[in-house]
Amino acid sequence: MIRASGPGQYLVLIPAFNEQEAIGSVIREVKDRVGDVPVLVVDDCSTDSTAALARIAGAEVLSLPFHLGLGGAVQAGYRLAYELDYDFVVRIDGDGQHDPAHIPEILAALKTSGCQMVIGSRFANGNAHPHSSAIRAAGTRFFRLVLRPILGKQVRDPTSGYVGVNRQALDVFSRSFPLEYPEIEALVVLQRRAFQFLEVPVRMRPRRGGRSTITPLKSVYYILHVLLGVLVNVLRFERSRWR
Amino acid sequence: MDRLFAVTTALSVMLIGLVLHSLRRSHIRVEYSVSWLLAGLLMFLVSVWKPILAEMGQLLGTGDERTTIFFIAFGVFTTVFYRFSIIISKLKDSNIALTQKLAILEFQLRTLDEKQKQAPAT
Repeated sequence: MIRASGPGQYLVLIPAFNEQEAIGSVIREVKDRVGDVPVLVVDDCSTDSTAALARIAGAEVLSLPFHLGLGGAVQAGYRLAYELDYDFVVRIDGDGQHDPAHIPEILAALKTSGCQMVIGSRFANGNAHPHSSAIRAAGTRFFRLVLRPILGKQVRDPTSGYVGVNRQALDVFSRSFPLEYPEIEALVVLQRRAFQFLEVPVRMRPRRGGRSTITPLKSVYYILHVLLGVLVNVLRFERSRWR
Repeated sequence: MDRLFAVTTALSVMLIGLVLHSLRRSHIRVEYSVSWLLAGLLMFLVSVWKPILAEMGQLLGTGDERTTIFFIAFGVFTTVFYRFSIIISKLKDSNIALTQKLAILEFQLRTLDEKQKQAPAT
């Protein structure tokens, strides 16, 4: 992977764990949609052919020697992007749920709004998401209510993993990023530094392969874990604020 | 009552013995054995030395020796577990940072290697 050659360059980050069924087509679709953009797949110690298929499809692969979980994988990608001097990173899932057609919109919003993070939101236009389970929809509504007073504004899709970040956020996330179920806590991490976020509407599709890590049983653990993480981040005292 | 103290004494001795045995076989590092040895020693002392137990009972306001020893055991082992939770959390953070750094260095090494292979021989 080449180092960013100048200002304004971005890469597409895809964290992946056992996504061999979809990863190749996701990478090819990204390249079809946005041209010859660098694509970095962070392989979270997959036991299948995810890494090999990603390389064949034209992505660079950062292979983690141990399974770190989603947050650890995303943070590794952010760290590398920061070290390689990229100004923006757009993260999409490796299971095909995120339509890469929205990458230019997220990037444009990042560049023009001055926000440190742009979220690709299933609900930004007020529509219900057709592929969302009842449990997930209820969880999303619950976290909207929890986050509203903390963030000072409404976030319609706090669990979306389709996000773009600028270099300021990359700097923060490369040093401090939640390890499990990172999306919601990451918003609070940004809020503590008085960073701004914006939501742009995106279309999401059913996953093409692999399994969701969040089973109904894990949902309860998810809610408790994220609530605790949010609380800890709210309580954490930060002397120097980034502005 | 005496049987309870005989049991706590025996358990304390067993704990100290187990930790020393693990130290000898290098199953526990010395720095992580200190908390357990202190916990075992404290439990042993309050089990065999009644005046200390009575004094602590007065301090805690328990009155009953059985309740006092329960409170002390609870306090001692909660402290030990809390200390180890902090140590494990720090180790996990270090482990994650190391894993990410290793992956990034490997990535950069591979990139350099590929560049070198592509460069014309001089």
